[in-house]
Amino acid sequence: MQDMIEIVGPMIPSLRRYARALLRDTAAADDLVQDTLERAISRWHQRREDASTRAWLLTILHNLAINTMRRNRRRGVPVAIDAVEESTMATLPAQEAGLAQRDVLRAVGQLPEDQRTLLLLMALEGVSYAEAATITGVPVGTVMSRLSRGRERLRSLLANPGETAARPMLRSVK
Amino acid sequence: MKPISDSDLQAYVDGALTTARHAEVADYLDDHPSEAARIGDYIAQRDAVRAAYAPVIDEAVPAELDIATMIATRRNGRNGTVVRLMQRVAAVVALLLIGGVTGWQLNTWNHPRDAGLPALAREAAASYAVYAEDTQRPVEIGANDSAALNDWISNRLNHRLAAPDLSGAGFSLIGGRLVPTDHGPAGLFLYGKRGRTQIAVLVRPMGAVDRNARMRLEHTDGLAGYVWADDGIGYGVVGALPAMALHPIADAARQQAGQS
Repeated sequence: MQDMIEIVGPMIPSLRRYARALLRDTAAADDLVQDTLERAISRWHQRREDASTRAWLLTILHNLAINTMRRNRRRGVPVAIDAVEESTMATLPAQEAGLAQRDVLRAVGQLPEDQRTLLLLMALEGVSYAEAATITGVPVGTVMSRLSRGRERLRSLLANPGETAARPMLRSVK
Repeated sequence: MKPISDSDLQAYVDGALTTARHAEVADYLDDHPSEAARIGDYIAQRDAVRAAYAPVIDEAVPAELDIATMIATRRNGRNGTVVRLMQRVAAVVALLLIGGVTGWQLNTWNHPRDAGLPALAREAAASYAVYAEDTQRPVEIGANDSAALNDWISNRLNHRLAAPDLSGAGFSLIGGRLVPTDHGPAGLFLYGKRGRTQIAVLVRPMGAVDRNARMRLEHTDGLAGYVWADDGIGYGVVGALPAMALHPIADAARQQAGQS
């Protein structure tokens, strides 16, 4: 398992970052990473040597996150998004140039789950489209269309802040 | 040149294009300001998300997410599973033991006279009733052949013993015999005074109960009896005497048994 310590150890900060962006809750995100690592430890010898370890870890994390997010959706998120963002962010958004981070994060939070997941995956993890397809378990074409619709939806949310995701979104059933 | 598709534009945002294609898309965006504004927004969104979460990378990783510790803990956890399993087995065994012991105790509580000193007292009284009343042939071997009597009883009980000498209390040995009990053979010694049998001493190995038990008084059918057990051998001294008179005789018998 020494190889695992050397390979996975350096990836943990970025796993935490992606998990926190997904769940917007520091404690829940770290729990998610912990669950991911525990599962990864138990399956370390089953992974394909030629596959990217990072994509493998992100796949585990993604599948666990989906469950967590569905559970949260059923139970309701116990904390308001605004409150979470302030406590979750290490630094308060202060850039006036460009987009206000806080507005962007709030808008990202309003995206449908499949679009939000891909947007964050591409923005934070910089994985390839093929890896994103593997991680999210959909074809590359679906990745591209979800990404495209997610980005446009985000742009529209930021252009019209009053608009919310309460309006039902059409979903691809590819 | 291949026409620019939406996928090309997305890949442009993600930096996933070849250098040549990237340049072609850049040229296209130069010629299409509204598309350029849209793609510019996408890039700004992405940068805002990156900037917002960038500080997480520099945070210290919590101890519970230390991969080396997790691997080590998991190994311990495996051992812990074995330990927990063994604890569970031990708990089951303990419960079975408690059940068994409780069952055994309930058994003796339900039938207190079928084992231990009460049974011994009853057997001693029964033997006394049969043989002390016998004027024809109360004993098998008389006191004049006490060595043979002691050998016989000792052999049958697999325990070396001798008829107690109760002459200090004024009772002389008449003789003895082997008698049957519910708990196997027992030695019976009879003592008398002035030609009348008045005391019987019953000796036999104890069962599982009362293998070491303090002397106590048991009355059976109006007959007083002192019973005790030492090292798995039980003694019962019964007689047609008041308990107060019988007690020092029982003490004398016990003292001699302890010395033998």
